[in-house]
Amino acid sequence: MAESISYINIIGAGLAGLSAAKTLAEKGLYVRLVSVQPSQRAQSNLAEGGINASLNVMGEDDTVSGHFEDSMKGGCYLADPVMVKGLTEAAPSIVREFEKLGVPFNRENGHMIQRNFGGQKKKRTAFAKSSTGKALTTALIDEVRKHEASGHVLRLCHHRFERLLLKDGRCEGVQVFDIYEKKVMCMEGPVIMCCGGLNGMFPGMTTGTTANTGSAAAELFIQGVEFADLEFIQYHPTTVPITGKRLLVTEAARGEGGRLFYVKEDGSRCYWLEEKFGVRGNLMPRDVISREEDILGRQVYIDMTALSDETWKKKLPDLREEIIHYLGIDPKKEPVPVSPGIHYFMGGIRVDEGHRTNISGLYAAGECACAYHGANRLGGNSLLGAVYGGRVAAETAADESYRYFESAADNPPALFRTFESISASEKEAEARMERILVKGLSVRRNEESIKAALNELHTIISAEMSDEFEARYYLAEAMLLSALERRESRGAHTRLDWPETKDEYKKITVARRGADKTVISFEKITGQENG
Amino acid sequence: MKKTLRILRRASKDSEPYWQEFEYETADGSATVATALMTLPVTWEHSCLQKKCGACAMVINKVPRLACDTCLADLKGDSVTVEPLRKFPVIEDLLVDRKDMMDRLEELRVWFANGADVSRGREMAFEASKCLQCGLCLEVCPNFHAEGKFGGMAAMAPLARLISKMPDAQVKELRRSYKKAVYDGCGKSLACRDICPAGINIEDLLVRSNAAAIWKRRLRDEEE
Ligand SMILES: Cc1cc2nc3c(=O)[nH]c(=O)nc-3n(C[C@H](O)[C@H](O)[C@H](O)COP(=O)(O)OP(=O)(O)OC[C@H]3O[C@@H](n4cnc5c(N)ncnc54)[C@H](O)[C@@H]3O)c2cc1C
Ligand code: SF4
Ligand code: FES
Repeated sequence: MAESISYINIIGAGLAGLSAAKTLAEKGLYVRLVSVQPSQRAQSNLAEGGINASLNVMGEDDTVSGHFEDSMKGGCYLADPVMVKGLTEAAPSIVREFEKLGVPFNRENGHMIQRNFGGQKKKRTAFAKSSTGKALTTALIDEVRKHEASGHVLRLCHHRFERLLLKDGRCEGVQVFDIYEKKVMCMEGPVIMCCGGLNGMFPGMTTGTTANTGSAAAELFIQGVEFADLEFIQYHPTTVPITGKRLLVTEAARGEGGRLFYVKEDGSRCYWLEEKFGVRGNLMPRDVISREEDILGRQVYIDMTALSDETWKKKLPDLREEIIHYLGIDPKKEPVPVSPGIHYFMGGIRVDEGHRTNISGLYAAGECACAYHGANRLGGNSLLGAVYGGRVAAETAADESYRYFESAADNPPALFRTFESISASEKEAEARMERILVKGLSVRRNEESIKAALNELHTIISAEMSDEFEARYYLAEAMLLSALERRESRGAHTRLDWPETKDEYKKITVARRGADKTVISFEKITGQENG
Repeated sequence: MKKTLRILRRASKDSEPYWQEFEYETADGSATVATALMTLPVTWEHSCLQKKCGACAMVINKVPRLACDTCLADLKGDSVTVEPLRKFPVIEDLLVDRKDMMDRLEELRVWFANGADVSRGREMAFEASKCLQCGLCLEVCPNFHAEGKFGGMAAMAPLARLISKMPDAQVKELRRSYKKAVYDGCGKSLACRDICPAGINIEDLLVRSNAAAIWKRRLRDEEE
């Protein structure tokens, strides 16, 4: 019986993967939900501040078009407007659906409340204290469990992606490694990648998880999957280094009234963002504030001491606990020193409006895909993008699966090949590569710094690289090349030598791995083409 | 700071465990057991490094804890013993298979059959949502055994999430699941009370869940 079932494979079980699985199962289709760890461990659980939707519950006349405009502007008009329109239109029903799944969003006087977030003119961010990601993921895990029980979702949650099974330019399936059984498995069927951001290219330097190593993305890249906008890396302006990673001080801290300042020579405080940008200075988009901090070149602090007891108790109790625990500072009483840290990857697998990649039978959603966020993601838009994107990818895959499975029937599947993971002797080169990337892709870059990084990178290549290291090397190179070729400043990509934003670069940066070289090109944003 | 990590290793499921010592030296006063493990050729599970994902649960100096939440400087002595959790099968070194804990939630049908009651039990739902499924509470529980019916607090918390927003249509089924997997097996030793790394107030959640699921009291709706 079981053999006759055709499965769609989802790689990654954070919010994007869960959302895709739920969508497919609800359509009566069958899913293999593959991830290196169970969903409870995914980065989606770490999200704090909230999820955006123009629910218009705060008496501010918020509208979907307001959400759309803020997102487009925040992304410096590099996102596909048709996609952002779909995202913002779906947002209210997505949040309401999560409410029905039992997510304890903060409420007052019998209705949901929303908070301010950076780059948005209205209070539009729905939240569950400052553990929104955990509450959303827990709810979606429970919902998907229902489909596991009915047999529609098959969990493979100690399985690492190795590579796609490609044949004649089409994705025939996926090769994964079972970490527990130490064996390779090949699974036929379309594939939806939901494997999260590229944190692992910058270990110890990001706010995210160690599980998103970037190796899946790297392997896709050398298998011919196109990537877009790799130069756009979000530095979050309020992070703190702790052992092994960077701790995020959620944007909600500023949304609820936190203020950024530095200490002048005479010992007085300068709230320089407010001086420069006015009352909403502390809530400028992240790219703007991180750049300002980098230019300032001094220690910046976030002052949350004016937040009311009520706010600490009802809206940010978990944030306070976390800061006390890790930094030994009570943010209710003292300012907290912060600096920019890598937080999100706007770039990733290039997808179209249906979340198709350039390879037929392969889709992508969530943080691993380049969608919705343009040159800078607004806080609260990525949980939304993961859930919505997972759903759209699943809908497209479902529509196309009938034809897919029909043609697969008389087509013998591609066979697996051995795959070598990074060897112990490559660890040093890995570490060097990371240092090179950090230098080349700092908050502000220029031709010289990027070229120096590229030159240094080229010295670490060797003939005996493992498959995994080789793939990571080429992805790293593509990130640097993308940053080099975009000779303008836009959003999170600040070029000291090209400070202006130029109309000719209102295009997406596409990185392709050819037979022996990586090619970067600039291509039209699809939705803009169509009007 | 210098510590000797004594780690109980095992090459695979079927092989014999053995102790191996590693010297770890660092200038980072806040270094945790996780920071040290990152540098060693030992298999273990990690993800968030900030006690938010439950991956790195293990037994450190005989106490079940999260490696990323165990500061080396806080541990007395020069030597630290690190062992895998004991109530789950070991896959390799410190990596264990917590499948049984998670599968139990499927047996107990932990999901909303027809949606939650939106207006009810927000604080309780929030508290219950925090469960990391790390398994530390099961490790210290005298009544939990992998093959038994009792699911421990790792089953109580997810069930409490449903109970907090108990839709009328699901009351009967939920009460049955709760009684079987939590109430009947819990000896109230509360050994788990201080262990939960998510900071769930286990006792409070238990009292509230018992009230609703066993004593059939309607949960007081919070003033919103
Ligand atoms: C500290 C923090 C706070 C945040 N706060 C917010 C917020 O308030 N609002 C907001 O909108 N966004 C926030 N974000 C961003 C948001 O959490 C993520 O962008 C989003 O959750 C991504 O979801 P995802 O499903 O794409 O990926 P993830 O949740 O990262 O899931 C990736 C999945 O892929 C699996 N995987 C990875 N590699 C492999 C492989 N090689 N093989 C198999 N499986 C693999 C993982 O196991 C995991 O299951 C925050 C991020 C961080 C780090
Ligand atoms: S209740 Fe606490 S200790 Fe038990 S599994 Fe959940 S988070 Fe871990
Ligand atoms: S790594 Fe997530 S809890 Fe320790």
